[in-house]
Amino acid sequence: MIQVYLPIAEMSVDAFAIVALGGLVGFTSGLFGVGGGFLMTPLLIFLGIPPSVAVGSGTNQIIASSISGVIAHWRRGNVDVRMGTVLLSGGVVGSGLGVLVFNLLKAWGQIDLTIRLSYVVFLASVGGLMLVESVISLVKARGVSASAAAKPRGAENFAWATRLPLLMRFPKSGLYISALLPLAMGVLVGILVAIMGVGGGFIMVPAMIYLLGMPTQVVIGTSLFQIIFVTMSTTFMQATLNHNVDAVLTILLMVGGVLGAQWGARVGAKLGGRHLRILLALMVLVVCFGLVDELVTTPSEAFSMTMLR
Amino acid sequence: MARMGILISAACALMAAMGGPAQAARPVVADLSNHLVAITTGFSGTHVLVFGATDDRKGDIVMVVRGPMETHVVREKTRMAGIWMNRDEVQFPQSPAFYAVAATAPLDTVIPVDVRKRHQIGLNALVLPAIVGGGPPLSDVEAKRFRDALIRLKQKSGLYPEAVGTVTTLENRLFRAELDLPATVPVGSYTVEVFFIQDGAVIGAEITPLFVSKTGFSAEVFDFATHHAAKYAVAAILFAVIAGWGIALVFRR
Repeated sequence: MIQVYLPIAEMSVDAFAIVALGGLVGFTSGLFGVGGGFLMTPLLIFLGIPPSVAVGSGTNQIIASSISGVIAHWRRGNVDVRMGTVLLSGGVVGSGLGVLVFNLLKAWGQIDLTIRLSYVVFLASVGGLMLVESVISLVKARGVSASAAAKPRGAENFAWATRLPLLMRFPKSGLYISALLPLAMGVLVGILVAIMGVGGGFIMVPAMIYLLGMPTQVVIGTSLFQIIFVTMSTTFMQATLNHNVDAVLTILLMVGGVLGAQWGARVGAKLGGRHLRILLALMVLVVCFGLVDELVTTPSEAFSMTMLR
Repeated sequence: MARMGILISAACALMAAMGGPAQAARPVVADLSNHLVAITTGFSGTHVLVFGATDDRKGDIVMVVRGPMETHVVREKTRMAGIWMNRDEVQFPQSPAFYAVAATAPLDTVIPVDVRKRHQIGLNALVLPAIVGGGPPLSDVEAKRFRDALIRLKQKSGLYPEAVGTVTTLENRLFRAELDLPATVPVGSYTVEVFFIQDGAVIGAEITPLFVSKTGFSAEVFDFATHHAAKYAVAAILFAVIAGWGIALVFRR
């Protein structure tokens, strides 16, 4: 046990526990190829870190993990910079709104509840969808494998997106759509980035595929690309407005995250994808259940206290 | 450590005794082993030794330690739509962030209630003025519920130690008490009051200051983050960028 004092959270923690947590989340992200921010915040809350500080410091850590993640995609040319720029413009605006809302909720004493509720909603839907989807694909794979391949998404599926103003060409993704759509997506995900301390990839990636119709190979790189900038501006606003970015906590998380991600990627290469996804879905649901449990069971202490400075 | 404390308190008593006639006006003298508690990166709580001497009258020693006065907000969760959420809130604008009492004997055998009230000795005598932001003023019952909650939460976090500490005496002249400060001890200026009590009346008192402050790395980080928030933010972002880039280079496959 090495006790380390977190200057912004104003508490002592076991450094090993935080590094291990970062490692676990890093391992998960390496194993499943997800960002892991959506596991980081709830796990930090379970460890007793104030939810507000967990969100702010988590955002800071995601800058590092998405930069190290984007580089490989960049080299392979899998980043649609134009689309990424539109998304991140929306994202910066959205996260700005999110940080302001965060500030208000903090003053009203409702920020902890909001963070927890947002997590419950998103973890439940993401975990549930993932579980259903992977179980179905597992069952299909057992049966006749000659299932009708997913229909290629023709542009006609997204015709409505071309009827809006501000049409823009995105050559890399082969799209000609209204910029308003990715802009709006950016704003919505940006709000989540600020309030939940996530990168938002787990919402952005499916939205890019199913709403914008982007080709799968550029989706992850582009998502990571825009996350870098959105988390940067969010970190800046959180640190200046809400003072909830704990540099010491961030560093501990990074150390664990780096080691965990490498290990996870190696293990992931050896395991099958479908089983992995079921595992991830179950993990997400377990974390979600833990949060629900905290919200609905009668607390042993109904009062809470904060000291104003 | 403990032995040194005894030595120090003995030396102090000796000095007090030698200064006899000149010091006759002071029935009790007290000091701390350390006036400055530094919260460093590895801080996990500490002890401060309070020691001193009294004149040769027989009596009891009561020590009251009070942390910085801060505004505390106490919120109560109520069940709404199946979910427990914060609803009512009460502010305690002038309440000590830390409060501890130690005595040579149980408080009720040493000091009558009115004296305890006057000097705010013991949690029951501690004055915690409450205000509600808007809405009707608090009823007495409600005020007591929130006051009890504040005390309970403070006790749970070790900042209002539940048990009255012990002050040990030696030869009826020297006394010492150990003050435990937990890892979560709030920063600020503290006061250590020592009361010399005989037949239920205070016959001497001494106040000594104690400072708790962050020093070293954690203090610098906190100051930087509070007073130069924009620079701190840029530094945190740059660090993350460099770290992320570095990680990618090191683990390049």
